[in-house]
Amino acid sequence: MSLDKAHLEYPHRSYGMDHDRYRWSQLSERKSIQWPNNNKLALWVNVPLQFFPLDQKGVPFKVPGGMTMPYPDLRHFTLRDYGNRVGIYRLLNAFDKYQVTPTFAMNSALAKRNPYLLNVIKERSNEILGHGIHMDALHYGGQDISQERQQVKESLSTLRELSGQAITGWLSPVRSESENTPELLAENGIEYFCDWVNDDMPYQFHTQQGNLTAMPLSNELDDAFILMNNQHSEQSYVEQLCDACDFLLNEAESQGGRILALNIHPWMLGQPHRIAKLEQVLEYVTSQGVWSASASDILSIYKQQNNITK
Amino acid sequence: MKSDPGFYDYWPYHNRPKIKWPNGKKLAFWVAPNIEYYELNPPKNPNRAAWPQATPAVAGYSIRDYGNRVGHDRQMKLLDKYGIRGSISLSTALCDHHPEIISACKERNWEFFSHGIYNTRYTYGMSEMQERDMIKDAMETIYKHTGQKCAGYLAPALSHSELTLDLFAEVGTELFGNDGGFYTCDLFHDDQPTPIHLRSGKQFVSIPYSLEMNDTIAFVVNKMEPRRYGQILKDNFDRLYQEGEASGTIMCIPTHNYQVACPHRMKAYEAALDYITSHEDVWVTTGREIAEYFREHYYQAAINDIAEKQTSIQGAQ
Repeated sequence: MSLDKAHLEYPHRSYGMDHDRYRWSQLSERKSIQWPNNNKLALWVNVPLQFFPLDQKGVPFKVPGGMTMPYPDLRHFTLRDYGNRVGIYRLLNAFDKYQVTPTFAMNSALAKRNPYLLNVIKERSNEILGHGIHMDALHYGGQDISQERQQVKESLSTLRELSGQAITGWLSPVRSESENTPELLAENGIEYFCDWVNDDMPYQFHTQQGNLTAMPLSNELDDAFILMNNQHSEQSYVEQLCDACDFLLNEAESQGGRILALNIHPWMLGQPHRIAKLEQVLEYVTSQGVWSASASDILSIYKQQNNITK
Repeated sequence: MKSDPGFYDYWPYHNRPKIKWPNGKKLAFWVAPNIEYYELNPPKNPNRAAWPQATPAVAGYSIRDYGNRVGHDRQMKLLDKYGIRGSISLSTALCDHHPEIISACKERNWEFFSHGIYNTRYTYGMSEMQERDMIKDAMETIYKHTGQKCAGYLAPALSHSELTLDLFAEVGTELFGNDGGFYTCDLFHDDQPTPIHLRSGKQFVSIPYSLEMNDTIAFVVNKMEPRRYGQILKDNFDRLYQEGEASGTIMCIPTHNYQVACPHRMKAYEAALDYITSHEDVWVTTGREIAEYFREHYYQAAINDIAEKQTSIQGAQ
């Protein structure tokens, strides 16, 4: 019994990362960032607006949050749809009450299906991010590049046309990528993406088509991760967000501006028994003196202060 | 395959020879940050996949990288604040990838012990010689980069063979004599050190490392809420501290910078460290120092007591 000799060879065992996507750098060693008006913390609230098709193909895997029952899985289809009909309007009221500036990562299929909702977002002038075609059109390792290129192009052109926005940000459905995703995003006019969760601040991500900025959108603080994946209580969700806020504010005292990033789903926090928990979080966080901003506004400060021109 | 690994004899947790830690302390407390490197695209081990999906496993890889980029410095500052020296369970390739982290820990006189080369290279399927080579490479790497004679082992990703402990001890002897390769964190059968049977007969001990207090087990496997984790740390401490009156106990908190050093978990973790270190009879130490102290003062007494308890049963039969 033995393993192939490749298992005892270490071709990437050298300084930095084991790939060339980004430079190795510890957050604590970086130049500090100053947010507008001396705020220590930028608050970025992103809301995915998603379509989970009833006829889910599940290629190459069943999307978490998607259909799990034999066809037709009406329970999951309608429960997700609930978010776009009901939950989202509760979220919007909460944002307005606490003067929070959200961003929306929108599946292009949803923009087509729900022009009324898209129009509500447009009228608020909030930033929209690309979020793929729908939740069953995944980007994944080993995917055919021409198929994926078509997905990226179609989702972005649809969303740009229907929203009238430039769409420079991207969040892959369930953050799943192929080896080519970053290149395909860069060649289609995307400037920043939020799939990688290895930092609490933006950093430069290399592609053959030039750099993207990786924007930190915590998965650990994602509502569905905490409530659905981890099965934590609603009260614990509030505690975790408030503890994170306290911690980042304190770290910002000595290390410069930090970002508290909330990714929240209308089908999760938009439920009647949960919306008050979001309101509690926003009440607490906004009372600490934070800069509520869109991803693009945060990005432009980061680029300005790091002399990144593109 | 064996029905029992045969590392130790049954040794009941009562009427054991009384352990007193240095200066009469009741509980030896150590924190073991796992500082790991996971490869984005490792060779595929036939017995265990490194990632649940085809490369790139963005979610899994990137949160682990977060531990090194963001989390390490946070936990290090926190341990500084409470006067705790970490005992690092190290993916030794990190010496090459991220020497800044190694330097910072070395400056603080932290302990480095082996956790293999990469946490994406598993022991499963290796020949005895391959495993020996991997173990030796890791111990030599620690020595080369830190000057430390590696004393302890936690197999990479807790992947073992039947010979893992034997090989670790033997390579330790080959490289460093009795100063290297003398304790393991791989076994979870006790709250006090245990002498381990090895084919070489080397004086070798198991030091309690605690899977139950391990943050990744708590947060990822058991999906525990951060404040509840803080509470179980305190509860675990309270009972071990109380029992340490009768005979010295050990509490270990094994951590990962990509888990406990996330912003929403630091507060509860800090509260637990504050609570534990505020007690007078706590020896805040490292894995190596516990193993050395036990070997020097109690190893033989333990061997004798175990033998006596085995004999007394045989006598009664």
